[in-house]
Amino acid sequence: MIADDLAAVRERERTAISLSTARIAVCSAAGCISTGGAAVKDALGAAVIAHNLSGAVRVLGTGCLGLCHAGPLMRVTRGDAEPVLFTKTTPAFAEQVIAGLPSGVLPLEQRCDLQQPFFTRQHRIVTSDAGIVDSERIEDYLAAGGYTALERTLAELHPEDVVREVSLSGLRGRGGAGYPTGLKWSTVAKAAGHGTFIVCNADEGDPGAFMDRSVLEGDPHRVLEGMAIAAYAVGAEQGYIYVRGEYPLAITRLKTAIRQAERMQLLGHRILDSQFNFRIDLRIGAGAFVCGEETALIASIEGKRGMPRPRPPFPAEAGLWGRPTLINNVETYANIAPIILHGGAHYATLGTERSKGTKVFALAGRIVNTGLVEVPMGMPLGEIIFDIGGGIPDGRQFKAAQTGGPSGGCIPAAHLDLPVDYEALAGIGSIMGSGGLIVMDETSCMVDVARYFMEFCRDESCGKCVPCRAGTVQMHGLLTKMTHGTATDRDLALLEQLAELTTRTSLCGLGQTAANPVRSTLRHFYDEYMAHIHDHVCPAGVCSMNGEDPR
Amino acid sequence: MTVATYARQMATAAALPTKAPADNRRTMLDAAMKRHRHQPDALIEILHTAQELYGYLDLDCLKYVGRCLKVPPSRVYGVATFYNVFTLKPRGEHTCVVCLGTACYVKGTATILSALEREHHLEVGGTTPDGTLSLVSARCLGACGLAPVLVFDQEIAGRVTAETALARTRSWMEQP
Repeated sequence: MIADDLAAVRERERTAISLSTARIAVCSAAGCISTGGAAVKDALGAAVIAHNLSGAVRVLGTGCLGLCHAGPLMRVTRGDAEPVLFTKTTPAFAEQVIAGLPSGVLPLEQRCDLQQPFFTRQHRIVTSDAGIVDSERIEDYLAAGGYTALERTLAELHPEDVVREVSLSGLRGRGGAGYPTGLKWSTVAKAAGHGTFIVCNADEGDPGAFMDRSVLEGDPHRVLEGMAIAAYAVGAEQGYIYVRGEYPLAITRLKTAIRQAERMQLLGHRILDSQFNFRIDLRIGAGAFVCGEETALIASIEGKRGMPRPRPPFPAEAGLWGRPTLINNVETYANIAPIILHGGAHYATLGTERSKGTKVFALAGRIVNTGLVEVPMGMPLGEIIFDIGGGIPDGRQFKAAQTGGPSGGCIPAAHLDLPVDYEALAGIGSIMGSGGLIVMDETSCMVDVARYFMEFCRDESCGKCVPCRAGTVQMHGLLTKMTHGTATDRDLALLEQLAELTTRTSLCGLGQTAANPVRSTLRHFYDEYMAHIHDHVCPAGVCSMNGEDPR
Repeated sequence: MTVATYARQMATAAALPTKAPADNRRTMLDAAMKRHRHQPDALIEILHTAQELYGYLDLDCLKYVGRCLKVPPSRVYGVATFYNVFTLKPRGEHTCVVCLGTACYVKGTATILSALEREHHLEVGGTTPDGTLSLVSARCLGACGLAPVLVFDQEIAGRVTAETALARTRSWMEQP
């Protein structure tokens, strides 16, 4: 397909949209699907036919609309009027909405105020297509301006220009470590010879994080477009997306999207009639947290046990099958098309001095508005939790926010005014991580939380290096003793020592960060450790404190 | 070690696992290997397919896959035991998956899990002696907005309590 044909598809789709009187978007992300979103969408479809409204009313299954706890969500847009968002919808309600459309009367109940801070304080770049684009239709994505960035790249930009634009944007790796994306791309581009590979890391293993799942389910083409632009920039012809096996819906949607893009010659041979070829294949993970680490991920794509290896050489020089390999996270790729379209400099106007753009967070735990939010970098943590997140339910008190999953730390109330960026979070012993933000109130015991994460790391340690394999087991044992009320000061000293040792001597990121939850809780919640050890009391009342030595 | 997750079950549901005639399964496995041109690096993909077809991976199956892909049995076994999704033992007729992701943990899935363990005299990862119920845990299903989350067979249930979970598993135990 050439650019003119693509323009024709866009035009046709836009005309169809402008001819319709109403667009009804049902959230079709896994959260809303599991509360019955698919049935609501089917009911809408049936009602549209029953009321003879085909053509006038468009029903779409769209990406995550954000308020996951109030699903299934339905967004109704009529002409130029302000959209209306309905929460906790049912098939019967869907019928009611369609029946009211011809007379212009929509139900008053179950409406969600779109002027509340949860919506107004967000800044959407990565998630901008949610509510507008049907996740399973490439035509929708095209009509919303999709693949124009790829068209522009192939027609107007040299690979070096693309890398320069990405460098200019200040975009940093959204997988958690925050390595400058432009720098990574230029390293791979320089190393390139024949057979460079592109990998999209969609092995979102942090418990409590579902940003990448939402992006893949809601807007798979955005990720494919970002990967294609990256491939052009570094001279690659083959890409892999390594998806978590736990995300069956994301896998299905990606397969559909790849097939559609290939059919329209947006992937494959001679893309848009240029000299550029690029294929994408899926690789399904098999449940190993360590595969989020880039060298382990490479081993897994090669069909081996997902065990990391020492770096250097970095994958940028020797990755998949020894070839230069560019590995970025889902959210990083999803940022590429907007950067190319609006320019790196424009992107860099958002955010803080060293962390540019926006970050998607998955809010969960003891918080009123659980769901997906996208905010500019540098927004204070307190604003995310209290203004956007709506604070703590049931009149309880905020105790800690956990970022970065098992590699991150717990942030106490004293740091709620902290601007969220890579450096600020690292400064207080946590990390940005991939974007999971779990809020805890006084019913959570921080020693128990540290034990929980250590159990996770113990189970997920691949066993290759001793500090991680043995250190996590020992630290878990010591923490369990504390939760049973049998630990002594000596155990605490040993725990501190082991935490330091594991951090400094482990082979890969898993081991090097495994002690972060322990270190951050020791730093910010030392009193709780003291209460467990000296007074044999768990202040939150979570730990058994039964005085028995653990198994 | 936490064993398999609900992915396996979703995959099992999507394919045609136990319902496919037994003799067809080997053909389908062969076809999958052929599709990957018997490349050794397709090992994980093939093991996924084998588990979808058979429900679990027995040693004969592992040996067969290894022979076809020209991968030594030690490496096939190594890969099959490394990844949590693969299981070398058959599952019970019903499976209850308890999500132990952080959001679910903060909202109390540990209590639900221990209630289930006590009720059915099971440890997580185990199956009842009559082969009715398997209890497994998962590391976050990404449905954190609905925490605590459990999966009863293929159906995701949000905001579960110990009582509702026990009601479901008891009903399975009573009508096998």
